[in-house]
Amino acid sequence: MLKMDDVLKAFQPHRGDAIVISGRATRQWEKISTQRERDLPLGDPAMGGHASFALGLALAQPHRKIVLFDSEGDIQMNLGVLAMIAEQKPKNFYHLLLDNECYATTGGQPVPNAKTMAYDVIAKGCGYPSAHAFTNLESFTVSIGRILSEPGPVMVAVKIVPEIENVPIGQRTPRSKRTRNEALADLRKTLGVNN
Amino acid sequence: MTEEASLSPEIVLAEIKKNGVTHVVWLPDSETNWLYTLMKAEPSLTLVTVPREGLAFSCASGIHIGGGKPVILIQNTGLMEAGDSMRGWTKDMNIPVVLIVGYRGYTRHGVNKDTAATYTEPFLHAFHVPFYLVENSEDAPRISIAFADAQRTRQPAAILVGDEYHGFNR
Repeated sequence: MLKMDDVLKAFQPHRGDAIVISGRATRQWEKISTQRERDLPLGDPAMGGHASFALGLALAQPHRKIVLFDSEGDIQMNLGVLAMIAEQKPKNFYHLLLDNECYATTGGQPVPNAKTMAYDVIAKGCGYPSAHAFTNLESFTVSIGRILSEPGPVMVAVKIVPEIENVPIGQRTPRSKRTRNEALADLRKTLGVNN
Repeated sequence: MTEEASLSPEIVLAEIKKNGVTHVVWLPDSETNWLYTLMKAEPSLTLVTVPREGLAFSCASGIHIGGGKPVILIQNTGLMEAGDSMRGWTKDMNIPVVLIVGYRGYTRHGVNKDTAATYTEPFLHAFHVPFYLVENSEDAPRISIAFADAQRTRQPAAILVGDEYHGFNR
């Protein structure tokens, strides 16, 4: 298993000008990212929807690279989204699935069939043209640059060490320094979108 | 209701085009196949099929944030399934999106045999989503009213298509 910080640090040099939807990795990513205006920390609008949101953004911005830090708990809520993404074939969509095998934000309970799910295989079976899985940092670090130059949609499933939160939600530090609306406004300004 | 008073899919498509829609995020139901055939042939529209209705709301949100103009086309049954996604991905994020919702079980006289119809309007009221009933082609301008509503409020607005057994299904 990899540490989330190490995964994000290995990804950062290859980011280019990609839009990054940081999902449950937001707190760690904000310490590493150098392009805040291209980051989109959405918090948790409704669990299970990040991948289809990212697909929508990729379809509306087909000339920009979209990277999503997704989680296995989110994706298990709507596995059908993988077929939906594969059908649309967004060449600019990179789906990094950070799989800690548990619901870390609720105390670390395991997700269904946590140990044996193979999300790269599922994505490939749904029609992703390219899918990868990593369980050690060296392989990930060596490969991520090349993977991000492949045409999307690409699934990158990474086993990570859980960082379990077990204090009441009201007592937690917010994941992002910006509110969702501030982050959305910053991104839309960067994209030149005013609809 | 006579056949002449039914809802023409061509008119629905014209309303969608008139309002500048770029993406139709939808899950087919048995009554919208003729609209599907027309939309598929329309080069200005991208169709995004969802496997579950909740995904329509998050996808539409992403499309809007990216500068597109989505419309969501689903049935009332799926709308009710998708309540939390609608709340989180469109209402809380101030996404001005129109939902065109097949009103399964709707009867003009109000004697319902299908609870899908019974709960549809209370559901929309509970989520504070304004809605307009469209039963035939003469009602179709209400679709533009819904688009204007959504844009003005930066919130979802709904069209209930109460023509399940007529114009959409030739």
